[in-house]
This record gives sequence, C-alpha cells and structure tokens, in this order.
Amino acid sequence: MEKQSGSVVVRLLGSLVGYMRRFLFRFLSVGPIPHHVAFILDGNRRYARKWKMDDRMGYKMGFLALMRLMRCCHELGVKYITVYVFSIENFKRRPEEVQTVMELMLEKIEGLIKEEGILNQYGVRVVFAGNLKLLSESVRIAAEKAMRVTAHNKSLVLVVAVAYTSTDEMTHAAQECCRDKADHGSQQQLVELADVERHMYMAVAPDPEILLRTSGETRLSNFMLWQTSNSLLYSPAALWPEVGLRHLVWAVLNFQRVQPYLHKRRNHLYLSTQQ
Amino acid sequence: MVSSLQIRVGLGLPEPHRSSSVDLIKQVPPPPRALSSAKHPLLRESMPRHVAVIMDGNRRWARMRGLPVGSGYEAGLGALRRMVELSSNLGIRVLTVFAFSSDNWFRPKVEVDVLMALFDRGLREELQNLVSADVRISVIGDSSKLFNSLQALLANAIETTKKNSKLHLIIAVNYSGRSDVVQACQKLAVKVKDGVIEPGAIDEVAFERELGTNCTDFPHPDLLIRTSGELRVSNFLLWQLAHTELYFTESLWPDFGEDEFLQALSSFQERQRRFGC
Repeated sequence: MEKQSGSVVVRLLGSLVGYMRRFLFRFLSVGPIPHHVAFILDGNRRYARKWKMDDRMGYKMGFLALMRLMRCCHELGVKYITVYVFSIENFKRRPEEVQTVMELMLEKIEGLIKEEGILNQYGVRVVFAGNLKLLSESVRIAAEKAMRVTAHNKSLVLVVAVAYTSTDEMTHAAQECCRDKADHGSQQQLVELADVERHMYMAVAPDPEILLRTSGETRLSNFMLWQTSNSLLYSPAALWPEVGLRHLVWAVLNFQRVQPYLHKRRNHLYLSTQQ
Repeated sequence: MVSSLQIRVGLGLPEPHRSSSVDLIKQVPPPPRALSSAKHPLLRESMPRHVAVIMDGNRRWARMRGLPVGSGYEAGLGALRRMVELSSNLGIRVLTVFAFSSDNWFRPKVEVDVLMALFDRGLREELQNLVSADVRISVIGDSSKLFNSLQALLANAIETTKKNSKLHLIIAVNYSGRSDVVQACQKLAVKVKDGVIEPGAIDEVAFERELGTNCTDFPHPDLLIRTSGELRVSNFLLWQLAHTELYFTESLWPDFGEDEFLQALSSFQERQRRFGC
C-alpha cells in the first residue's frame, strides 16, 4: 500500500515538473526561439574524476545529458542541434581512450536507431558531419546506417560532429571548390561564398544562433569557426554531464536579448556578400 | 559632466598614463620574471605571443556621456594607443585590432565618414611615434574600398615600418573573416588551374598561407579580447581563432586601460590550454 502511494507521489511530482517545464517553454516562446543550438560537450572526463568513476562512465553520463538536452530542445521548438563529439585532434589522445569513445559511440548509435529508439520516437534525423573516412570501418558503417534509417524524420535534426575540425572542413571545402572550378575548363569562375558554404560538412543546417560550451572554457577548439561567426557564445562552468534545462533557458534568454541586433547583422552579412 | 572630460583631439593621453607601464615594470620587485602589480601577477614566459582585440563600445561610451559618436571614436583611439604601448612593453609580439568590419559600412554614412577621417588623422599623427617605437604595421582586409588618400597613407605606413620588429601591429580594416577564407579559396583555385597544385594536395598549411594573416609568423592569436560585454566574434578572424582563448569584458573600449588589460592577461595565464587534445 505504501509502495503504491509512494509511486503515485513520484508520478504526480513527475507530471508537475513536466507541466512546469512546458509552461516555461511557452513563456520563452513569446520571444524568438533559436533554430539551431550548437554544443561543445566538454567535461566528461573531469566529471568522471570528480565522482571517482572511470572515463567510460563519464562518457555514458555525458550521453544521458545529451538525450536530456535533446528532449528539451525538441520541446522548445529548436530545429537543429549540433554536438561536438569527437575532434580530429582527439585522435592524439591515449589509444585506450580513443577506443573507449569509439566503442561507446558504436553502442549508442546501434541503440538509438532501433525502431523503438528515441530518434524515431521524437522524429529526429541524425547526420554525422566530419571527415568520416578517419573513423574505423564499424563506426563509419553504423553512422551511415543511422543517417539512412532516420533520413525521413522531420521534427529535429541532430548533427553529430565526429572526426571533425573546422579547419579540416574549410580545407575540404577548398579542395571541392577547386575541383569544381577546374572541371569548368577554360571558364574561370571565381569561387564565391556560396560555393564554400555548399561544400561544408555542416551545410545540412543553418548557422547556429547559440554556441554553448560547458566546463567554463572560453574557446572554440576548432569547432564551427565559420558557422559561429555571429553566434552568441555561452560558456557555463557546469561540466557536460551536469548540463541541464537551466543552462538552455539562460542561453535562450540571452539570445532573445540580443536577437534584434543579430538579425540585423545577419542581413548585413548577407548583403555584403552580394556586393 | 561633459566639461570634466579631458579628451585631447589627436593627442595621446596625459603623460602619467603613457609612462606608467614602464614605471610599473621597473618598480615591481622580484620574484624573478614576475611582472606587473601584486593585483595581477604575470609571468613573462607565459605572455601571449599574439593578442587580438575587438574594440567594441566606442559609440555606447559616447551615448552614455551625451557626446557625439566622434568623441567615442576619439576616446577609442586613445585606448588603442595605450594598448599598443602596453603590448610593446609587456613583450607581446603581435597585436591585431579589429578597426573596421566589412559589416560596418551599413552604419550611418556620417559615422563612417567620421571614423575614416579619424583613422586618417590618427595614422598621420602617430606614424613617427610608431617608427620610433619599432612597431611594424600591416593591414588585413580589402583596403581597395577606402579613400585613395587613406589607401596611400596605409601603403606608406606599411612600407616605412616594414623592417621594425618589436611589435607587429596588424590593423583589420574592411575585414571579414569569411571573406578572408573565400579569397584564400579563390587563390587556391587559381593555383590549381595553373597547375601549381593538385586539389588533393591542398592541406591546412597550404590554405593558411593564402590567408591575410600570412604577413606574420604567428598568425594565430593566443588571446582574443572583446570589450563592451557582447559575447560573439562578429566575423573577425575565423580560421585563426581555432584555439584562441576568448576573453569578454563589460568595459567599453575607451575605458579599457592598463588594469583591464592586465586582468585579461592574468585570466589568460590561469587557463589550461589543450589545443584540442
């Protein structure tokens, strides 16, 4: 009897929290909601050390935080989320660590794309952006399968930056632009901004309005340098597994404060490229 | 309030400011290689080699004081002079300043004209000082849109100071980080067409060589400072900021002085840089 009333209380509390969250999102929706929020998932290993876990557990907690934030963004009406999961520079870490991350990624991708998985449940299309040739074959195949299987989903696009750096992305775009122009033979057409953008790994999404980096580090670490040139940068001190609704809300409120200026700036940026 | 302000048109700040950083370094006793005040203890060996600055807040500064925008820019010029001197004294090798963005052309014409005139006058008046201080000037951005006289002035400043080596002052004028990347792609496309390089052989080193910052051996800022509390990069250096530590401060640019700069450097020296690893 006590167990039943206990679980009823828990359910009621859960419903109340859910109701309050939805109310909060309704309130935020009075102002503009960003279309695209990008995250640098910094602090998983520090979290593991803080709670005396091994690194693998820290990454698992980080994955849970990602799912939590994805749900919040979905409810809020954000259409694109980009997450910096693994940089090309991270390949320089200890092999065991790289191995841990790759195994976890494989495990999680396979779990996510099941029919009853969260991606299909929420209508999330997943895109892996980066130099995927650098990944091991098993991870690359799983990533390609995930992209295929979720291609029809329309509620939210989750862009996973893996084997990615912005400078590699721009170099790759330059190579592709050069190949395109060379193919035109004697007609020397000048490379334009639209050409460069078209060849970016991140071309699937518009530029993010907000870039949120956890762990209090205030640097871009070679992430979306092109796309975040006018984004609001926010770096809360919380480690990635500790990130929650309050950080997203704070970021959105700050975005709403500067949004009229950003909107004007974007138009100027667009107009200046047409000149 | 207005009458109490001492903004000297075209002249530097009062003498105490000009010499204070030199005095400060002389007066502070050991520990060895420690610099600056007890409030901001700094280590010379951890000084950033290249500092970049987005000098934001001049117009807000003027509006808050009921002054015309031109006064804000004048005060901003004073802050820049302080910054150049401080950087030189602290052993910083490269200082890149975002003087005018390609997006700024959309400001009211009157404001843009005032800024261009100030730029012209400031450069004319300061060139000799910069030469004596062993400062080398470079310009990045598309200067072809500037007045001919200003273009000529800039070209002369670059030529006159090219052998100087104590501090390299890079002035970003009509600059856009994205345009810099696009023009690098354009140059590479021409090289491919001319058979100088294969597309597959284009790597990050080859790309970087085509960017505007190829005028320096240290193109990557270690520290970027943006004043006035805005938390964004605003299309300043893009590629070059890959591992730059970003420092945002609420101070408006004309108020950004020695203390604020030392605070920024102190924050930089406390950070653990991992360069992506």
